[in-house]
Amino acid sequence: MFGIGVLKGMAVTFKNFVESYYKKERLTTIEYPEKRLAEKERFRNFPFLIFDEKPEDPRCVACDICAKECPPQCITIVRAQDAQGKPLKKPATFDIDYSICMNCGVCEEVCPFDAIFMDHEFELAEYGRFEDLNYTIDRLLKPKEHFMKIRPTDATRIEAELKKKENAKKAAAEKAAAAAKAKAEAAKTQASQVPDTKPETKPNEPAQPADPPAEAK
Amino acid sequence: MKTTEEIKTDLESKTGTSITVQGEALMVPKEKLFDVAKYLKDTPDYQMDYLSSVTGTDYKDGLEVTYHLYSIAKKEGPVVLKTKTDREKGVVPSLTPLWRGAEFQEREAYDLVGIHFEGHPDLRRILMWDGFEHYPLRKDYTQEDQDRNPEQF
Amino acid sequence: MMEHTLISKPDFDTQTLEVSLGPQHPSTHGVFRMNVVLDGETIVKLKPVMGYLHRNHEKLAENMSYLGSMPYTDRLDYICSMTNNFAYALAVEKLAGIEVPERAQYIRIIMAELTRLVNHTLLIGFLLNDLGAFFTPVLYAFREREKILDLFEEVAGSRMMCNYFRFGGVKADLTPDFLPRVKELIQNYPRFLDEFEALLSENEILMARTQKVGVLPKELAVSASITGPMLRASGVPYDIRKVDHYSLYDRFKFRVPIGEHGDVYDRYYIRVLEMRESIKILDQAVKEIPSGDVISKVGAGFAKAPRNFKPKAGEAYGRIEAPKGELGFFVVSDGTNKPYRYHVRAPSFINLTILEDMCLGHKVPDAIIILGSIDIVLGEVDR
Repeated sequence: MFGIGVLKGMAVTFKNFVESYYKKERLTTIEYPEKRLAEKERFRNFPFLIFDEKPEDPRCVACDICAKECPPQCITIVRAQDAQGKPLKKPATFDIDYSICMNCGVCEEVCPFDAIFMDHEFELAEYGRFEDLNYTIDRLLKPKEHFMKIRPTDATRIEAELKKKENAKKAAAEKAAAAAKAKAEAAKTQASQVPDTKPETKPNEPAQPADPPAEAK
Repeated sequence: MKTTEEIKTDLESKTGTSITVQGEALMVPKEKLFDVAKYLKDTPDYQMDYLSSVTGTDYKDGLEVTYHLYSIAKKEGPVVLKTKTDREKGVVPSLTPLWRGAEFQEREAYDLVGIHFEGHPDLRRILMWDGFEHYPLRKDYTQEDQDRNPEQF
Repeated sequence: MMEHTLISKPDFDTQTLEVSLGPQHPSTHGVFRMNVVLDGETIVKLKPVMGYLHRNHEKLAENMSYLGSMPYTDRLDYICSMTNNFAYALAVEKLAGIEVPERAQYIRIIMAELTRLVNHTLLIGFLLNDLGAFFTPVLYAFREREKILDLFEEVAGSRMMCNYFRFGGVKADLTPDFLPRVKELIQNYPRFLDEFEALLSENEILMARTQKVGVLPKELAVSASITGPMLRASGVPYDIRKVDHYSLYDRFKFRVPIGEHGDVYDRYYIRVLEMRESIKILDQAVKEIPSGDVISKVGAGFAKAPRNFKPKAGEAYGRIEAPKGELGFFVVSDGTNKPYRYHVRAPSFINLTILEDMCLGHKVPDAIIILGSIDIVLGEVDR
């Protein structure tokens, strides 16, 4: 009979209408901003920079890798210099243009120093179109506790890795120092035996920092 | 499914063209492209009834069109055809009479790379606007907005 | 204006009327224009006009590292970002000869099928919107889609722009409660589909509006390179998951539904059936997923340093059965870290080729639903 299908459909609509008042499955919206959904840990929005103790010492070493890899090219980094003009391992300026950034998370993935991560902050409306959305380093820097708060799983893993790396570095430095000392002593004894031969190698320099990829050097 | 070499020798003997093999692709002279494509489409051995993709590429010494052919009837493929033309006035026979699916893709290749398809029913720009003078996917196209008048903004 | 033969032969003087449908029109699913020549209400000529959203994705990709284009592929067909990632990853893996671990393959298949659910659900909602069932079906569809987007967000970090696939695997492993939630979804989704079908499939108005409208004959569909549900609705059993056996699809048992008439109703119904098959695949995948790495060693290295990824010179064409049809990426490498040529074979772009053929002789409201049944996303049409 003509019309049965329409009636069936109306029944579905009616069921949805009634159940949307009490069944959670059908009532999926919430009253934002009074209520908020729990944030997913992996949720990524815009990048921020991380510092360990003081904001003057960011973890970023201004290696420029993220700026080069950034697909829409929204990161600009200028390396800091000391009084003699020698480049320092920290950024003088670090700008991210949030109006260009497309939240892809590539910067976080490529950073060899775990210095840049994706934030959960999403309420970023500003009055200005250009300057206000160009985030400078003072607005980007956040303590590592913030990272621990928003993404505990990743933060714990990364901190553990960093600690391990640091310990390894320390151990390597100690080992190198010990080796250098032994070598110097050996050279000394050798030199005392055969006065006119020079020690063939100079003592090892202190261990290099954790090896960054080729680009960083 | 025949190997690329077998297809090459078969096509050479049947259509009387000289074809070179480039990796998986068969490089066909543009004069014979239509015949080769027609042969591939109509011969029961191949039945390449489905033209999947048409790509125009700018190699600096000339423009190249790549066709990926599949057979829906025999569930085989691909046979990759290529043809080369010069950059100044690149003319290639259109395959739209054989496969309707080439219509928009050839328009796209014309629009972005600047390959003229002879025999295409409606060769106009498709993605860029009418009156745009450049071919954006050519290697010498600079990405700056060339048409932009700075005083306008 | 061009002269067109009139279909009707009234005894008074009439003339054809040229109308632009779009680009700012809710029925065109974005900024898309149809230049229509009308004889009364009947369409005598229709020319699609596109390019309003053109951003030269292919040129952008030629100027950045291989991985740099991955987030941009999300923005092609922004409803199905996972399958876009999939096709691109497949093409580059073919080019560079990178192996993918088994667990990653399973994850990819789970994501691709979830994406298919998202796309088809949304399509049906919007198709009904075009039919005049204003927004109720769309909101039902959105409600269900939301559940899947939540899953995407949990794993990939983003709801729509997932950027989840990497060459040689995926970005991160599944979260512990992902699989249980997918299992729950698999149980609940058929119920939603039943409800949707009860709402629609026997609905006389829907049948009157969609049956025998926009018929696409088999031969024309094949010759016009139509792919995906459109092609299958015309009765051609061609599914790249079955033909190419890419990834691990040959391990799964599923059927390829095909239509009979090739009209709008068949195109709608094929999608419902395909969703049911997708649920079957998901069910198997969730049960069988092995443990192990989610990205190969080589892939992980390149994900860390995309600039060092330099496939040897050559070219590769990778294609998958995306929800909208065959999505192919043709990548040419010249041995540097940027692709020399990068071409997207976009299904919704090519499926538009026969829009005019399907619309001729129909009325304007029919043209709207025919366009809706093609299932286009302008981000992919214009690239």
